[in-house]
Amino acid sequence: MGGDRVALARAMTLVENGSPGAADLLDRVYPRTGHAYRIGITGPPGAGKSTLVSRLVGELWKGGSKVGVVAVDPSSPFTRGALLGDRVRFQDLPDNSDVFVRSMASRGSSGGLAFKTGEVCDLLDAAGMDTVIVETVGVGQSELDVAAAVHTTIVVLVPESGDEVQAMKAGLMEIGDLFVVNKSDRLGAERMARGIEDMLRLSPARHDWIPTVVLLSALRGDRFPELLEAIESHRSHLEESGDLAELKTETARSRIRDLIDACIRQQFWATDGVNEQLDKALELIAAGGSSPYSAADEIIKKFTGGRG
Amino acid sequence: MSKMNKRREEQERYRTLSDIPVDRLYGPEKPDEKIGIPGSYPFTRGIHETMYRSRLWTMRQFAGFGTPEDTNARFRYLLQKGQTGLSTAFDMPTLMGYDSDDPISLGEVGVEGVAVDTIEDMETLFAGIPLDQVSTSMTINGPAILLLAMYIVAAERQGVPPEKLRGTLQNDILKEYIAQKEWVFPPRPSMRVITDMLAYCTEHMPLWNTISISGYHIREAGSTAVQELAFTLADGFAYVEAGIEAGLDVDDFAPRLSFFWNAHNDFFEEIAKYRAARRIWAKRMKNVYGAKKERSWMVRFHTQTAGCTLTAQQPEINIARVAYQALAAVLGGTQSLHTNSMDEALALPSEKAAKIALRTQQVVAHETGVTNTVDPLGGSYFLESLTDRMEEEAERYFREIDERGGVIAAIEEGYFQKEIADSAYQYQREVEKEERIVVGVNAYKEDEKIEIDLLHIDREKQTDQLKRLQSFRARRNNDEVDQALAAIRKASETGENLMPPILDATRKGATLGEMVNVMRGVFGTYREPAVF
Amino acid sequence: MDNPIRVLVGKVGLDGHDRGVKVVASALRDAGMEVIYSGLHQTPENVVRAAIEEDVDVVAISILSGAHMTLFPRILELLNGKGRDDVLLCGGGIIPEKDREELMKLGVGNLFGPGTPTTEIVAYLEKEIAARRGK
Repeated sequence: MGGDRVALARAMTLVENGSPGAADLLDRVYPRTGHAYRIGITGPPGAGKSTLVSRLVGELWKGGSKVGVVAVDPSSPFTRGALLGDRVRFQDLPDNSDVFVRSMASRGSSGGLAFKTGEVCDLLDAAGMDTVIVETVGVGQSELDVAAAVHTTIVVLVPESGDEVQAMKAGLMEIGDLFVVNKSDRLGAERMARGIEDMLRLSPARHDWIPTVVLLSALRGDRFPELLEAIESHRSHLEESGDLAELKTETARSRIRDLIDACIRQQFWATDGVNEQLDKALELIAAGGSSPYSAADEIIKKFTGGRG
Repeated sequence: MSKMNKRREEQERYRTLSDIPVDRLYGPEKPDEKIGIPGSYPFTRGIHETMYRSRLWTMRQFAGFGTPEDTNARFRYLLQKGQTGLSTAFDMPTLMGYDSDDPISLGEVGVEGVAVDTIEDMETLFAGIPLDQVSTSMTINGPAILLLAMYIVAAERQGVPPEKLRGTLQNDILKEYIAQKEWVFPPRPSMRVITDMLAYCTEHMPLWNTISISGYHIREAGSTAVQELAFTLADGFAYVEAGIEAGLDVDDFAPRLSFFWNAHNDFFEEIAKYRAARRIWAKRMKNVYGAKKERSWMVRFHTQTAGCTLTAQQPEINIARVAYQALAAVLGGTQSLHTNSMDEALALPSEKAAKIALRTQQVVAHETGVTNTVDPLGGSYFLESLTDRMEEEAERYFREIDERGGVIAAIEEGYFQKEIADSAYQYQREVEKEERIVVGVNAYKEDEKIEIDLLHIDREKQTDQLKRLQSFRARRNNDEVDQALAAIRKASETGENLMPPILDATRKGATLGEMVNVMRGVFGTYREPAVF
Repeated sequence: MDNPIRVLVGKVGLDGHDRGVKVVASALRDAGMEVIYSGLHQTPENVVRAAIEEDVDVVAISILSGAHMTLFPRILELLNGKGRDDVLLCGGGIIPEKDREELMKLGVGNLFGPGTPTTEIVAYLEKEIAARRGK
């Protein structure tokens, strides 16, 4: 990978920026994807996700695995700026290690993931990574995005996040294939772990899988073998049940849909006269002679010949 | 200096320039219990009854650069001029526990202080200086236990036992994680190393100040005065609790704890900060930790004027800033004071600038008359109200820290770091929006070419230090060193006191970096969480 | 120019004074840039590796330890060695004029002294990157 680091990083920028040539690049790369196992790590702020990820990466790397990491942090909706600080945790890996870390800003994507996270994972996959880890803050609606982009989703919680779990129960509980209760030395860690187990028993199983709960301290680095084992057994479950293949098909399906959506949208708005028609409709609305609903209906009818 | 420093209080000596006599103390007949009187609990008005009337503060300027020989020569010069206290600045690799030949030390050997790798370096640093007759302050934190061991062994080789050593070790690792960011091990093992040292010093070094609990760096990192006050005292409480937990009697070690504060621009707020610190500490030591000795209740402190307030623009103005800051420290009752040199925003201080800085203190001491009465500002409506308010604000922070699981847990989650970074950024924005005026920076600006004599460190000194280290390694018995290092490793693992094996390894010739590496192997390294 | 400027901000060498670097990082974020913070006590090797993986436009380094004459040239050399001489290396700290001139001759960008308004740093980066991307 050594000399290709520069090329890989540049390819990521190309894809992330949606620059000309990005689609061609992804197209060429696609046949080489499918090797890497993808793990998503999410959880509320302050749960110790980046400490956990850096430990996990260290363990995987020591076990001979090439690891790619995509760490996503939110962009400011106002300035579009972002502070990406997750790299700090990875600075102690040996210089020659087969680990590639990329920080991504969400760039206005509504979920916790950046728009192009999946594609950036593809690039890491095609570059020969054995494992790709996506780390993101689990707030709002982002959990679903993470779950859709990876094979195993790990939800990281701390004893203090009890209330947040209540609040996010619907999201977090449904997407986690594995739950990590971090900072196990803190008061209430055991109770939290048992609470999650109870809650999981009441939830419908996804892919016939009952999620495991691992209690550990990422800072101290204990119980990582247990975590690795839990990931491995979820992976085996997905492989044996055929869900892994299905997941790949699902990902491809949504990728195709997204691409078509984007293409149609772009074509539509590039059609001669559409924007003029929109301006006219807006004038009419301002004068009290129309509504956004009937205006949209008319524009669609006029330019596509049908109803959307 | 020493003759002027110590003087008997003679009533008739204190008069204003108009010849009006000045009494030792002014105040109500029946003192307010909350404020008290100087020299008595809760020490709001100071820890001494007669204060500067019987003894001026120690004017302690920091020195250290290049090789141990260079600094030794400087020390001897200062002692010859009558100074009795030495203050040692170490270079960055030493502060971080690296030997001078470690690749990461490249370019930093002897630059910001003196490089000490081996017992021989320590011996050279204090060659010809009788260690039973001077007090030595060493600004060292992460690897403090190792430098202390080297100092003890250097003294031993002069025939001076540890009981006779006087001085101060900064040794405040908590503020390193919070602000200064020069650590060696993660927080929890660091606390264990400190309690080992506390136990050793309590038994063998009765004259040694074990920890100088420092707010200075917290403030320099951008905190407010309230944050400096609260976070520093919280660190102090954490050390006391660690000592008690390790089985020490609080009255055996608390009297050897001292403090180190910043003196910033907001004149009255700074004075209120020192007064609030004394009162909070006294109350907590007495009521919560059950200390019985008065000395355990007292905040004794060193002050340094705020380096971060110095401007590169029109640097001469810094002389005025430093003077006001020094005055605040003195009115706040400091025991010793370092005044910064005007050119420190540009480089290491030149000799002329350093002299002006010292002279500034001398003007405060001998010309302003503020030393004639004890705590001249005590009872001021504004100051007492500000002191109360700072105490309340600090108590609020203590509760917040407790809720986060204590100082160490709060460090690990980046709580202090974020609080400080927020304050620093807010301050910067206020300056840039000109909501806050900084003379010469965003107002009263001048077109200027900045010309100041900068002290340059001879880069070849680095090579000298490397050669010295090489030659030292070639002369020692490596088998003995390996055995001694193994003993440090074992003590690190088992939890037995680290001081004896470290002293032994120092005698056998283990270097600073070698000892640190062995301990790091057991304790691990530390990366702080990135918070903004 | 629609794509945000990506900047790696960090501290090289052993000094831990991070007040300035954090203020600058926050200011660059607030100016709409994507700021990757590398943390403290970085080696030139670490910094360059991060710069490459993050494919940044700018590497902004703060050094207050006095080791700037060793560390800046080393970072430059490593970047060039990886074929990334297009990355703008700039920084801040207490750097004497003579050293500053020497470093700029080597190809280091602006070195900002104490008291520089963050707006000046933002303006400099925006102008430099616009020029470089325009090529």
